Amino acid sequence: MSNVLTIILQRLALGILTLFVVSVVIFAAVNLLPGDFAQVILGQGATPEAVESIRRDLGLDQPVVLRYFDWLAGAVQGDLGTSFAQANFASFVGEGAARGTTVMQQIAPRFENTMFLAGVTALIAVPFAVGLGILAALYRDTAFDKGTNIFALTSISSPEFFLAYVLILFLAVLNPWLPSLSNIYDGMGLGERLQRTLLPALTLTLVVTAHMMRMTRAAIINLLASPYIEMARLKGMKPMHVIVRHALPNALAPIINVVALNLAYLITGVVVVEVVFVYPGIGQLFVDSVKIRDIPVVQACCLIFAAAYILLNLLADILSILSNPRVRHPK
Amino acid sequence: MRTISRRGLLQTGAAAGVLAATGLPLRAQEAKRGGRMVVGLSGANTSDSWDGRTHSDVFIISAAQGAVFDSLTEVAADGSLVGELATDWEASSDAKTWTFNLRQGVTFHNGKSFGADDVIESLQMHVAEGAKSGAAPLVEPIVEMKKLGEHQVQFVLDAGNADFPYLMSDYHLLIYPAGQIEEAIAQGIGTGLYKNVSLDPGVRWVGQRVDSHYKDGQAGWFDEIEFIAINDNTARMNALLTGQVDAINRIDFKTEQLLRQNPGTRIQEVTGNQHYTFPMLTNVAPFDDVNVRRALKFGINREEMVEKILFGHGQVANDSPIGPANQYMAQLEPIPYDPDQAKYHLKQAGMESLSIDLSASSAAFEGAVDAAQLYQASAAAAGININVVQEPADGYWSNVWIKKPWCASYWSGRATEDWMFSSAYQEGVAWNDSQWGAENSERFQSLLLEARAELDSAKRADMYGEMQRILRDDGGVVIPMFANWVQAVSNKIATPETIGNLWQMDNSRLAERWWQA
Repeated sequence: MSNVLTIILQRLALGILTLFVVSVVIFAAVNLLPGDFAQVILGQGATPEAVESIRRDLGLDQPVVLRYFDWLAGAVQGDLGTSFAQANFASFVGEGAARGTTVMQQIAPRFENTMFLAGVTALIAVPFAVGLGILAALYRDTAFDKGTNIFALTSISSPEFFLAYVLILFLAVLNPWLPSLSNIYDGMGLGERLQRTLLPALTLTLVVTAHMMRMTRAAIINLLASPYIEMARLKGMKPMHVIVRHALPNALAPIINVVALNLAYLITGVVVVEVVFVYPGIGQLFVDSVKIRDIPVVQACCLIFAAAYILLNLLADILSILSNPRVRHPK
Repeated sequence: MRTISRRGLLQTGAAAGVLAATGLPLRAQEAKRGGRMVVGLSGANTSDSWDGRTHSDVFIISAAQGAVFDSLTEVAADGSLVGELATDWEASSDAKTWTFNLRQGVTFHNGKSFGADDVIESLQMHVAEGAKSGAAPLVEPIVEMKKLGEHQVQFVLDAGNADFPYLMSDYHLLIYPAGQIEEAIAQGIGTGLYKNVSLDPGVRWVGQRVDSHYKDGQAGWFDEIEFIAINDNTARMNALLTGQVDAINRIDFKTEQLLRQNPGTRIQEVTGNQHYTFPMLTNVAPFDDVNVRRALKFGINREEMVEKILFGHGQVANDSPIGPANQYMAQLEPIPYDPDQAKYHLKQAGMESLSIDLSASSAAFEGAVDAAQLYQASAAAAGININVVQEPADGYWSNVWIKKPWCASYWSGRATEDWMFSSAYQEGVAWNDSQWGAENSERFQSLLLEARAELDSAKRADMYGEMQRILRDDGGVVIPMFANWVQAVSNKIATPETIGNLWQMDNSRLAERWWQA
């Protein structure tokens, strides 16, 4: 077991290093974009004095490097700062009236929503994709197998917004079964929340199915040539039993890996889907914040995205180690 | 452009027949209380708050001035000025001293009663030390605010301004409860028809009708209003088509036909003061030569612009920013597209041909780059070579507008002539995007000051007419078109016959003025 622990620690240390690099890259990239928060917020009304005064209030008149280390110093202590929008608001009306929203408080409800969407999608997509993969392996090279493959590859090859619009057209406009707006909010009942989340979840399901389904199919087919499967068949087991009882457990490692990668995608890749469905998740906040160059929020969102990838990858590795008895019980 | 399908004709024809048979007049039905309206609006930001000083886009303005807060005065749908928290007002003969009588018996949503102190404190916050209010230029000319009684205020201005009551209807100038302004901004406490239930900036706003209000019987028909932030054009249209929202703003002209075919919705369109412009810096060569400017005015095909850039949703303009929603819009003889005239003026300037850069970006207005290219094609016939420079949308207003000698821009227009001129055509003001000054026309600048203090409406009409003619003939801004406000409404919602044309969504007062059909 100790080697598993070492791996976890090693990977976590590497993860922190990755987060640091990500934060540098994002900070530099946002600063390279033309226009800053003051200019964007003031828009056509930007007089040099007004821009100057907002920059001074937000510390945007400081050199980039200094601002980065300022931010970093806060971040390592768990303080991701206050968004420019909030800080600007506070400078207008005084700290008392500002709703005291730090970046953390601003992101928390959005993150919850994104996790809810990811959760619903995972509940639909993972059983669906793995099931399809098993069936495709069972009926390989039949019309069913080919049809499933074509369906999955078509949906993964289409841009997400296109899939979203196709689903909206068929499930919301032509047949008014589901709402095209997914504007969930606090205090909404679980049933309604689920109903409103269904369309974006289905869109994401289409996007992530192909990867998981094809990996399941490939991993199982790979094993079907092994002698122990031959043995199982010879003793007269049904093909379905052979696959589920004997092939699947040994194919779990690669499947878990792919599932974890796709779960990470459900958190980080939802930006377009959230915008199309007006889903108030972290992706939409991210887009809105990039638009107004709200660096503290952009940074925090990116760190969350990066952390999701790192942690889920780590989880995938650990699970595939644990699913392999040879690694679990080294001699 | 508008076509009526056979079925549509039959339907409206049949409806008209029924109404005629019952003897009912063909007009909108009576407004009634009740129901809930859900609206999908663009222009929402995560930085939205109840601080009127920061307001600039339709979502928060429709929620703030349009529902939760009131101002002293209000521009009615027909363009007339009516009292909101003020009942009536009076000016001294030099238009320098204004006395406002305030409405009695009004309470804020937290129970505090409304009076003169609230007005004074709410206006003062725009000129407070360090405040960055968009309305500072409106409040700065007030040199003294006097409380004459619990319900009477007097303003003394640094110079006469006949439009002062109009300025008080500006969407920044919301009235907050005195002594509790910070709290009011944090929680959204005003005197409006709807009290704030929840505001999730950039996501959603919900308001609930107050039990009794001084506008009862005239406005505020819904029990509850919900605004949903939908910045994506397609998502907004889908939401209306699937019945999840009852109205949306800013129709995408490219997919407008789909909405027209949909039986459950209708398109609302009004021409107001919003205009798309090509301002040139008149203090930079070659635009400092009035003949060059005239050549450029004849080199643009205005009709074509309206047809191809606005898809017909607009009206030709003749280089004056005073539009149909203004009081004194002059009937100017149109400037035709005439390459020969343009050539003639170019010759007057001592040039055979002219090569100039025109900076454009979609930040200026939707289709600005296409418009610049159309301009390029039409001006080429007059020997004017326009080089279209496509600028990034980010930072356009800071890096291109009033920086590059000639660029594309837009103005949403102002309620009064003086307001518009003193925002963009008065010498030395920050947003004077053509650097227009006494150097160009002393007459214009002196008329501007004269008309501002003139209380006689006929004289003002003459003066503003002359100013518009000066701009048409000599001005540094090419204004080819007024762009309509186009929005769509479900047939479940009834709207008054006259829709405000000062701004989108019935001057952003939809929560007050519309009702359930």
